[in-house]
Amino acid sequence: MADNNYVLEARGVLKIFGNHVALDGVDFGLRSGEVHALLGENGAGKSTLIKILTGAYQPDGGGIYVDGAKVSLDNPLHAQTFGIGTVYQEVNLLPNRSVAENLFLGHQPRRFGFVDFRKMEADARALLAIYDLHIDPASELGTHSVAVQQIVAIARAVQLSGKVLILDEPTASLDRNEVERLFEVVRGLKARGLAIIFITHFLDQVFALADRVTVLRNGKLVDTRQLDALSRTDVVRLMLGKDIAFSGATDVEPSENPDEVLLEFKGYGRKRGVLPFDLTIHKGEVVGVAGLLGSGRTEMARIMFGADPADQGTLSVNGKPTAIRKTTDAIKHGFGFCPEDRKAEGILGDLSVRENIVIALQGKLGWFKALNRDEQLEIAGRFGEAMDIRAASLDMPVKLLSGGNQQKVILSRWLATDPAFLILDEPTRGIDVGAHAEIVRTINRLREDGMAMLVISSELDEVVAYSSRIVVMRDREMVAELRGKNINPGVIVQAIANHPDEAVA
Amino acid sequence: MKRLHLERLANPQLLALVAVLLINWALFPNFFRISWQDGRLFGSFIDVLNRGAPVAILAIGMTGVIATKGVDLSVGAIMAVCGAVAATMVVAGYPTPIAVVAALAVGIACGLWNGFLVAILDIQPIVATLVLMVAGRGIAQLITEGSIVTFNEPSLIFIGTGSFLGFPMAAVIALVLMILVTLLVRRTAIGLFIQAIGVNRAAASLAGIHSRMLLVLVYALSGFCAAIAGIIVAADIRGADANNSGLWLELDAILAVVIGGTSLLGGKFSIPLAVVGALIIQAMNTGILVSGFRPEFNLIVKAGMIILILMLQSPLVGNAAGFFKRDTRQAGSK
Amino acid sequence: MKRSLRPLAATAVIFLIAYALSVLQFPGMLSTRVLGNFLTDNAFLGIAAVGMTFVIISGGIDLSVGAVIGFTGVLVAVLISWMGLHPLAAFAIALGVAALFGGAMGAAIHYLQVPSFIVTLAGMFLARGGASVITQDSVPINHEFYAAISGLIIRLPGGGRLSFIGLLMVAVFLVGALLAHRTRFGSYVYALGGNPVSALLMGVPVARTTVQIYMLSSVLAALAGIVFSLYTSAGYPLAAVGVELDAISAVVIGGTLLTGGYGFVLGSFVGVMLLGLVQTYIIFDGTLSSWWTKIVIGVLLFLFIVLQRIIFAASAPGEESPEKV
Repeated sequence: MADNNYVLEARGVLKIFGNHVALDGVDFGLRSGEVHALLGENGAGKSTLIKILTGAYQPDGGGIYVDGAKVSLDNPLHAQTFGIGTVYQEVNLLPNRSVAENLFLGHQPRRFGFVDFRKMEADARALLAIYDLHIDPASELGTHSVAVQQIVAIARAVQLSGKVLILDEPTASLDRNEVERLFEVVRGLKARGLAIIFITHFLDQVFALADRVTVLRNGKLVDTRQLDALSRTDVVRLMLGKDIAFSGATDVEPSENPDEVLLEFKGYGRKRGVLPFDLTIHKGEVVGVAGLLGSGRTEMARIMFGADPADQGTLSVNGKPTAIRKTTDAIKHGFGFCPEDRKAEGILGDLSVRENIVIALQGKLGWFKALNRDEQLEIAGRFGEAMDIRAASLDMPVKLLSGGNQQKVILSRWLATDPAFLILDEPTRGIDVGAHAEIVRTINRLREDGMAMLVISSELDEVVAYSSRIVVMRDREMVAELRGKNINPGVIVQAIANHPDEAVA
Repeated sequence: MKRLHLERLANPQLLALVAVLLINWALFPNFFRISWQDGRLFGSFIDVLNRGAPVAILAIGMTGVIATKGVDLSVGAIMAVCGAVAATMVVAGYPTPIAVVAALAVGIACGLWNGFLVAILDIQPIVATLVLMVAGRGIAQLITEGSIVTFNEPSLIFIGTGSFLGFPMAAVIALVLMILVTLLVRRTAIGLFIQAIGVNRAAASLAGIHSRMLLVLVYALSGFCAAIAGIIVAADIRGADANNSGLWLELDAILAVVIGGTSLLGGKFSIPLAVVGALIIQAMNTGILVSGFRPEFNLIVKAGMIILILMLQSPLVGNAAGFFKRDTRQAGSK
Repeated sequence: MKRSLRPLAATAVIFLIAYALSVLQFPGMLSTRVLGNFLTDNAFLGIAAVGMTFVIISGGIDLSVGAVIGFTGVLVAVLISWMGLHPLAAFAIALGVAALFGGAMGAAIHYLQVPSFIVTLAGMFLARGGASVITQDSVPINHEFYAAISGLIIRLPGGGRLSFIGLLMVAVFLVGALLAHRTRFGSYVYALGGNPVSALLMGVPVARTTVQIYMLSSVLAALAGIVFSLYTSAGYPLAAVGVELDAISAVVIGGTLLTGGYGFVLGSFVGVMLLGLVQTYIIFDGTLSSWWTKIVIGVLLFLFIVLQRIIFAASAPGEESPEKV
């Protein structure tokens, strides 16, 4: 069982939040001198595993081993003493302080009790030279690009820990050149014998940098493989699950009656959001959106809803040209949007289930046409029953509900506004099986009632089951629109995995 | 509304008020003795209602601000400005109604200024309202030209010292304002929207709520309430004292709101309970006074009260802190 | 230029221009006497502003400063005049009490996880109430030590006088600047104001630093109270009411970001001097009334808040509010 090659190892790690198993007996081993990619969709357990490896969480079962010896990591600082350093997506440094201070905060060289700036800056210069970074160590960190800040963060982490480096989505906000620069740094560290865990959702980066890959799904280990034996399609298949090659195509007939066109997006897009796309959505159809995290799928939804308004292209609603500059414009035209991050953008945690359900309808009615308590109870009760919301009382705070029930509340919130077009961003993520089935049932029912929907989901079987068309997003671009018998998970995986620089696998 | 009366009587704020009043009664047996003289009621208890009115009025406006996760430090200074406006205009010969309307308009303008800084320029509330807190007293002195402007206009004085059905005018105004503003936020959707913004502004915006307009409104209301309080205080002493009118009352108002169970982190709020909070503060004030302690003890008691509330609300004490948190059932009621 | 230096540069330029204009109008303002009095008259405010600078850089606020000044004045006066203690012993006691007081506030802020303004509000009530309970009247201090200190004056050519308390303020500013910019403690203060989450992950002892910051602020407020008692030769419970607002204003005008993370101790010195200049100008003018001070301070405060908002707009994490009304 014990593999002495492993610098850092997790054995049978278990983590439970409430009644939700976030990690279910996951094994993970890291060797020195390798870049090990950790893959999985949101909710797969990646971040939980990372937090356990860095000491931010304590495992409920299993153990962490450093150089074969079992350790207990109390917090990230404690993990640092075992040589484990972490660099996060949002650089956890101090943009208001100098580069040198960020490198040495807490360990500044001192002379007569005072910080020796000359030495600190000389040390910083020498340290950064290793990374081929020649910037003024006295300059404010915040004035540098995110890429430079990432390298500074890496330099600090390596300097203070020096054995294991965990890179948690470091490339999320970097452009291509900056990514390459960062990769050079990582390759240099690998050559120096560091063990590196690399988390990203960009597949080409995984193939460009990593030696091995571990894939998690729904809190379970799928597999750890040598990367050179895998194709891009294999990796997507591991991530999205099941043996999808044999899954059936959709039985939903595409609705193509031109009289029924509801929305027509033409050249619609937003700088730094999504490249211009064309999309027509008919009444009574569900358009599925497939793509990995970071592919631009959520950005597309936000642009459609006016949360981040489009800066190019046109939209017509029912054949009439329409401009949507803010969310209230969208709501006026019968749009609704269930965001992916329920807690941060969806629920109003301290407010009651009833208030959470009526809020959008009330927003539409305005300040003075207030629904009275009985009307609110009637509406909330009606949707609570239709959606099978399990709450002890409609007056209890929504934050006390389970994730699935919260999702039903947000869905009810929009259904109460009698929408014509509903955007659902990962509506079934992280919720229990029963709620999952209920939401899929609701999507089917609403489609039959003639509502248009755009559903983003990484559950391919599910998207296939209810969509009449599927658009595929990759690198912030709409790269494919699949219809008819093309809609099956295998084709979708191909479309997601396709890489412009590479022949189709 | 009706079916909730019994529950409301059992809430911790009212119990605390009753407790303070009973302690006062124990220390000063004549506390509840009320006499009728010259067509109005007199007594220590009536005094609590009368003296507590300005802070209660400020607390009415402050509740909305705090419910949106904000704070308004400028209300004391706005009181001074508005009192100065009313007094100077009356002295200059304008009729009382015009002076009062002008003072109220100035209060609303001050509130709009705060709202502009907070909602449009996105400046932190505590920073934004600090500007008027500092400059406001200077403006008030500018209006009164540095002196205490005294007046003898009976109709203006009536606002501060008159009585209605035997009750002190200030208390009546506070009560009416409390009812009106409570109805305004509860009978319209404004209250729900304020809570939504305070709980989660991002989610509220995605649900289609105009958060900026609402924020401006909330600060304007706070300015309006400060204007009323300023007029009452000026009328009470028959003069506008730019230096001392409303001095530190913003802090009492914040305290009253917090005692009333509205969290400084925004969300659920109750205007009537904030008024109860103001009465608790005043009851302690009066209690200390009538029972022969030096008024300075008041500050220490207030400090103790803040510490107590902080302990009760702190995450360390955890859920045992249900005491001053609003019961969700009644908080959600209309 | 570093963007964090811009507000400070603006303050310095404003001060120089304003001073030059004042001198053009009233040549008498360019004298060592006026400059010496600048230091003496603002000594207690300056010392309090140094502590406030640390608090604000760390992302907090301390409303108790004025009350601590008042309390210290009373405590010192009572210890000397009623108890017969030597002033130095009284000073030591007062500074010790303030250190405990500030430490308690810092601990409450950190461990109860509540906004600093509400904790220091309680502190303000407590200190002011405590002072008033000890005495309601002004307690005079007649001690030869006080007379001796008042006599410690460096005469300048041109009739100016550098008083002990003026020089003490300058010294406090210099030590404060060293502490802020040249020690690990100082870097922790900036770290807390920049990003408390990062600070924790980077190993900053957050609890200890928070306690030390408020301890420092209260100790300096107590020192300001001692200076104020030297200045007035008395202790009065209602002394220095509202000084916290002046101190906050001086700190902000001196280029410290009210939301924390950026600022300079010596900037607060320029801020204090600018406030002093406004007051001196009004005195020289004679026709202007004192309330213009408050209005000018308010206007300056507004200008600097907006200036900072513009300069730091990119780095200030605003709440997401997609809709425009």
